[in-house]
Amino acid sequence: MLEIKNLHVKLEDEEKQILKGVDLKVEAGKVHAIMGPNGSGKSTLSYVLSGRDGYEVTEGSAELEGEDILELEPEERAAAGMFLAFQYPVEIPGVGNMTFLRTAVNAQRKARGEEELSASDFLKEVRAKAKTLKIDAEMLKRPVNVGFSGGEKKRNEILQMAMLEPKLCILDETDSGLDVDAMKLVADGVNALRDEGRGFLVITHYQRLLDHIKPDVVHILANGRIVKTGGPELALEVENNGYAGILAEEA
Amino acid sequence: MALPEVKQSATEARLSALTLPEGGCLKAARHAALSRVQTMGLPSRRDEYWKYTKPDTLVQAEASKAAVFETGEAPMFDGFDRLKVVFVDGVFDAEASDDLSLEGISIERIADICEKDIHWAKDLYGVLEARGQTPVERPLAALNTAFATDGVVIHVTGTPSKPVNLVYRHADEKSDAILHHVIKVDSGASATILENGPAAARFNKCMEIDVADGGALHLVRAQGRDHERRAATHLFARLGSESVFKSFTLTVNGVLTRNEAVVELTGDDAVAHIAGACVGDGDFHHDDTVFITHDAVNCESRQVFKKVLRNGATGVFQGKILVKEGAQKTDGYQISQSLLLDDDSQFLAKPELEIYADDVACSHGSTSGAIDEEGLFYLRSRGVPKAEATDLMTLAFLAEAVDEIEDAEVAAAIIGRLEGWLARRH
Ligand SMILES: Nc1ncnc2c1ncn2[C@@H]1O[C@H](COP(=O)(O)OP(=O)(O)OP(=O)(O)O)[C@@H](O)[C@H]1O
Ligand SMILES: [Mg+2]
Repeated sequence: MLEIKNLHVKLEDEEKQILKGVDLKVEAGKVHAIMGPNGSGKSTLSYVLSGRDGYEVTEGSAELEGEDILELEPEERAAAGMFLAFQYPVEIPGVGNMTFLRTAVNAQRKARGEEELSASDFLKEVRAKAKTLKIDAEMLKRPVNVGFSGGEKKRNEILQMAMLEPKLCILDETDSGLDVDAMKLVADGVNALRDEGRGFLVITHYQRLLDHIKPDVVHILANGRIVKTGGPELALEVENNGYAGILAEEA
Repeated sequence: MALPEVKQSATEARLSALTLPEGGCLKAARHAALSRVQTMGLPSRRDEYWKYTKPDTLVQAEASKAAVFETGEAPMFDGFDRLKVVFVDGVFDAEASDDLSLEGISIERIADICEKDIHWAKDLYGVLEARGQTPVERPLAALNTAFATDGVVIHVTGTPSKPVNLVYRHADEKSDAILHHVIKVDSGASATILENGPAAARFNKCMEIDVADGGALHLVRAQGRDHERRAATHLFARLGSESVFKSFTLTVNGVLTRNEAVVELTGDDAVAHIAGACVGDGDFHHDDTVFITHDAVNCESRQVFKKVLRNGATGVFQGKILVKEGAQKTDGYQISQSLLLDDDSQFLAKPELEIYADDVACSHGSTSGAIDEEGLFYLRSRGVPKAEATDLMTLAFLAEAVDEIEDAEVAAAIIGRLEGWLARRH
């Protein structure tokens, strides 16, 4: 599904190398978790994969279902099936959540040569999905993320993911800022999308989310590299002992 | 005091190209206005009030040519249930217009009332314009009062069932139109006026609006889509207690447009909202100049102006809130913002507050900036193509101004025009 090879990324405007050779392969149907200390490059990886400006790939490659995505525009990556649930979802005053969602859904359909969703079908689908995420209708009418609480923003990301039905879902600290119940809702939302044809890359600092979304593989990203890969037990080790031991062992 | 020589000769040149219409009951007003123009002189580049906008082409004796622009789309308010009053190059066209009779409102041509000795409009024509000459001179408005060749006087006595739509068609590439309208809204009466169309190669329009206690007037105008138009418009409004006046202007294209609005809140608890959205590409200069005077207690005023500029277009905003002594509990709000779609465009703003009362809440803000890159990336990461995402963000930027339009159908029509303008630039 997603195959990253020897990915080196630096900042465009500064001589700062952030990713220093990341190798990662996420298979369809699998959930991979990425953990790692603050500033290790987790969000950078997710941004580079989704096509944000400001980063320069100096070496390596990233392919989604065999297609080199690094040359694509962000919207083309989205149409190819890439989705990033942002660590900090962006507020867009003046753009209604519904308008935004419908434009996005239909733009992707159009890009894939599919028929656009009718207004009523779209509405039906959003309402149903919003309901399971306990997002009320009032919130859907508001401008994108404006005035949403931290937890509401994260649930809104999952709603978008559910509507767009991507192939590869990257969740960047979707659990941070969520209360226990909201975390359960979000995890349920993700689990509902788990499917043979879909891969997940879940970035988190905490074991708790992984209690709900059971990962198949856990990676530790430190200083721009994946320094250790293991099963779910690796997350438990981080939870109990922090990174010191793992980093020392790899050094 | 003698005028500077350059100004004197420019004024004389312009005046000598015009003839004062003979007019029964408006004669005195026209003569008084003419002497105001002669005293003030027409605007020149040296004038502080014209610092950001060159008045030359608005003042020169002959109008510059402007090609008649065929848009290929239906005029703005076609399809609306409305009473249509059509002017072609500034001349009333009875045949193209609807029957002017409608319950709750009377509409008469200026040319017709001139034949009468007594008419209510005599007490307003040129009166609000003259009041609006202090503290800042507006010579083009006085010129208009003196020389206007056509226009309508509208008396709103009730609540007409549909809006009056003043339609300005442009047919002659050299036309130089001067139109003057007077609108009087009786106590408790309420109406909507719609205006649209390119009007003329050069257009000088003045509208005087008097809203009595408890009356309401909504004005929505759409200027455009022609590119070579030069227009100077003035709107003078006086508001009685508990009255409401709301105005929204959409400006699409035009080489030079200066829209002045002068509003006086003279009765307690009155509300005035003046808003505008303009979109310009390339050879486009748009100037909103607004002066709101609070002269009563507990009045609210809002100025909301948004400009989208690209390819070297220029936007100007000069907006003032003057709160007179005793105008306590004034709630004044002013915002002027521009969205610059490239580095070549510019926005010049001069927001001003002058307050002589102590118990007031006034705020103003002015910003100028590019599209928010974070927001743009967020939209694109969800699959919205860049051009479409930019349009969404642009419409979002304009939303606060468009939201000032009360009628949903009118607002939707305005948004449709904005979408069209944006889409044509993909
Ligand atoms: N646009 C940028 N400008 C300057 N520095 C940046 C930029 N983007 C990332 N960095 C730097 O790159 C490093 C990696 O940042 P990144 O956000 O990817 O870390 P992270 O692993 O997601 O951290 P956290 O766990 O705190 O979210 C940090 O040192 C960060 O300050
Ligand atoms: Mg991060």
